[in-house]
Amino acid sequence: MTAKKNLVVIGNGMVGHKFLELMVAKGATQQWNIITFCEEPRVAYDRVNLSGFFSGKTAGDLTLVEPGFYQENGIEIHIGDKAVAINREQKTVSSANGLEVPYDKIVLATGSYPFVPPIKGNDAKGTFVYRTIDDLEAMYEYAKNCTVGVVVGGGLLGLECANALKNMGLKTHVVEFAPRLMPVQIDEAGGAILRSKIEALEVSVHPNKATTEILNENGKVSKMLFADGGELETDMIVFSAGIRPRDDIARNCGIAVGERGGIIINDYCQTSDPDIYAVGECALYQNRIYGLVAPGYTMAGVAADILSNTATSTFTGADMSTKLKLLGVDVASFGDAFAKTAGAKEIAITDTVQGVYKKLVLNEDGSRLLGGILIGDASAYGTLLQFVQNGIALPPYPEDLLMPPREGKPASAAMGVESLPDSAQICSCNNVTKGQICSAIREGNLTDVPTVKKCTKAGTGCGGCVPLVTDILKSEMKKAGLVVKNHLCEHFAYSRQELYHLVRVHKIQTFDELIQQHGSGLGCEICKPTVSSMLASTWNEHILKTPHVSLQDTNDYYLANIQRDGTYSVVPRVPGGEITPDQLIVIGKVAKEFGLYTKITGGQRIDLFGARVDQLPQIWKQLIDAGFESGHAYGKALRTVKSCVGSTWCRFGVQDSTSLAIEVELRYRGLRAPHKLKSAVSGCTRECAEAQSKDFGIIATENGWNLYVCGNGGMKPQHAVLLAADIDKETLIKYLDRFLVFYIRTADRLERTATWFNKLEGGIEYLKQVIIEDSLGIGAELEEQMEHLVSTYQCEWKATIEDPEKVQRFRHFVNTDEPDPSLQYVDERGQKRPAKEHEKTLVGAAE
Amino acid sequence: MVQALPVREKVTQWIDVCPVSAIIPNTGVCALVEGKQVAVFRIGNGSEVYALGNYDPFSKAHVLSRGIVGDRKGVKKVASPIYKQNFNLATGQCLDDETVKVPAFPARVVDERVQVAIG
Repeated sequence: MTAKKNLVVIGNGMVGHKFLELMVAKGATQQWNIITFCEEPRVAYDRVNLSGFFSGKTAGDLTLVEPGFYQENGIEIHIGDKAVAINREQKTVSSANGLEVPYDKIVLATGSYPFVPPIKGNDAKGTFVYRTIDDLEAMYEYAKNCTVGVVVGGGLLGLECANALKNMGLKTHVVEFAPRLMPVQIDEAGGAILRSKIEALEVSVHPNKATTEILNENGKVSKMLFADGGELETDMIVFSAGIRPRDDIARNCGIAVGERGGIIINDYCQTSDPDIYAVGECALYQNRIYGLVAPGYTMAGVAADILSNTATSTFTGADMSTKLKLLGVDVASFGDAFAKTAGAKEIAITDTVQGVYKKLVLNEDGSRLLGGILIGDASAYGTLLQFVQNGIALPPYPEDLLMPPREGKPASAAMGVESLPDSAQICSCNNVTKGQICSAIREGNLTDVPTVKKCTKAGTGCGGCVPLVTDILKSEMKKAGLVVKNHLCEHFAYSRQELYHLVRVHKIQTFDELIQQHGSGLGCEICKPTVSSMLASTWNEHILKTPHVSLQDTNDYYLANIQRDGTYSVVPRVPGGEITPDQLIVIGKVAKEFGLYTKITGGQRIDLFGARVDQLPQIWKQLIDAGFESGHAYGKALRTVKSCVGSTWCRFGVQDSTSLAIEVELRYRGLRAPHKLKSAVSGCTRECAEAQSKDFGIIATENGWNLYVCGNGGMKPQHAVLLAADIDKETLIKYLDRFLVFYIRTADRLERTATWFNKLEGGIEYLKQVIIEDSLGIGAELEEQMEHLVSTYQCEWKATIEDPEKVQRFRHFVNTDEPDPSLQYVDERGQKRPAKEHEKTLVGAAE
Repeated sequence: MVQALPVREKVTQWIDVCPVSAIIPNTGVCALVEGKQVAVFRIGNGSEVYALGNYDPFSKAHVLSRGIVGDRKGVKKVASPIYKQNFNLATGQCLDDETVKVPAFPARVVDERVQVAIG
């Protein structure tokens, strides 16, 4: 057995550590004694997400090192000891603490240091750089006594740093020497949009500013002077004006370095001394420093291949594409973003209203994508990057790639992951290809994204590729015939749609019947409410009929909306939003009597908050006596049909939108669906009722009504799509009946109409065929089902309070009439709200 | 008849709560037992009953009795009505966060009456 040789790794940053991980993975510790020097007082941590430190992450959260990694793999690590010199004749490395280690090979991973411009006064107290956890800790301490902070440098890191200052509550400025922000990654038009977005966040941006002097008061930073005569008062300054490679240890032992710094490396990451390698930000490859982690990881991989004798690979440059969320603003730049290629053409969209800028750079004949810039919405980044990296042919209208899908048309087919070659690099942080992901999925029978991330490391860097990884997983599972599992839950091996079919075909009336015949176990909080909804929209029995009671989520169980302290809110129906003064008075009286907080909802109704379980029946009684009905605000059901005043009062209205809204709301009130449903009717194209953001919306025209479907507010707003134009009321109701029942029968659990629509193959054309042309021949049946639901409607509140047995359930305690003693309220703006934890006083029974 | 009695060495006292018929099969109720809010659940339409503390540590509200009961891989559980974490009915162990547990109490039905023991 030959003695092991010594491999010294200088630097324990992200790249140095990646190199060690790769060596361990390749079994190279059998062959080498690995000794590593780590100058900082802690082992490698995630510098890319350093700003997370200010949002509560600890040094421990940021660490990249698995516990026991060095010990278990026999790697000798010297933490807090800096390697200071290499003696190439004697082949030794010496450290600041006086250690001397003989070496056979060295890997330099010394990284870079932040550049501090040579400005007079730049060493005053209150100036910082943004590089290490120690830097951040020092900044954080100092900022506690500051009100204004300035970041010098408007690049990636500078903007992150500005975010950190802003989060610390400082009035924040960014000073940039260049005429725009992020001059390296984005162009002028993009810079302008980015600036407006960042200024909207109350961060002041000062481009074109050369700082000439930093003044101090009692040794502390107080003011900056600029070449243009301007000045800026500040309490602290953070320099983020670029990085410089840390090459001194190489320089001092005679290894070749670049003119402007950087350890020169060849394709094998070898320096001018073949026994010494350099990787990461200290390395200069073809006169270029790569200031991103991904190229550093690639270099680490090349060096590890050679030093472990496992493979040969070469470094041939790296892609500098980046995607970041800066101050909450999406920014991405990829490929030839500045159209430097000969003959390159550009397509750009500048939307100063939404603050979105998107640019594609195409080759001369417009067939291939060369690069681009995305600001404000970088959701297409992953796909566009694939077009560039894999030279995929562009679709006929490349501008479609920048826009949301055209109305009703499915997204361009070229966007699918299926079209990517196996060599496509999906995760650039960890250099994982589509082929690697696919084979991991196939070999490991992987079925969820977290496991894919764990097995392949894809998506564990910046996370930008996770949507693509998800698509690949789905596509692989489909290919494997694995049917992307759409089982409702562990109790039913059917999708919601399949179960709905079973319920109707076998005329199943209860959950117990369904689970006995087609499921297993006791059920759960997923299948029970889902089945309850299916039963309600098929047979329409009262949801609190005994066999259905145990299926209901607490909202349906108490016919009110649970709030964060366990009390409920009550929303009476106000059809079309039309309400009389007397009704308003009743609501006010009830609220006063029961001490409820009142608020106008977003859907033109009044919400009464803070009702205890034991108060609910009395509240309803009074509301019902005054003519109110349940608003079904608690159910996955039709909520409101909002309206404008239309031709009744409005000088522009062309039809009576209020009357139609009331009629539609009364027709579909309480209709149970996979998700809540909202609607609106506008009296003219001014669209004051915002009908196009609703599950179904109706807009008056000179000739009748336009019907829009599948719009959505909420988390992912989407405009509704025109289903039929200029139709009369009878046709409108017919189409609505068909549309609603078709959605109820075929959508997934908790799937809103917009999501359902997006998955509908054939889009609006298909929906038109089914609803208008009745291509499936089910129109009459759909209408019949709706007719049954409409004719069997009953107010759930009224039916409940008329049944003494049901009223019995409305008690907090089964064995005493006392109310919940733990509830506590405080006053805010003249009404009550639930006390926060720290505002609560101790109550004996509330432990 | 004694059901679902977790192992306890000493049971000090059984406290009568309500008739078993007061709990709709497969639902829960809240009882005030010696000043404590206790959630009592009934599985099936016989006398299988369980008792947990009613306090939901995630929402910090007294609401567990209002959760939907069911099972996960055969383990009987209730899902908190507010943020939907699941708790093992027999042990009080949270099934979604192993560091969280709510108190579980012995419960039984004697002569059609539900009894809970707080030791």
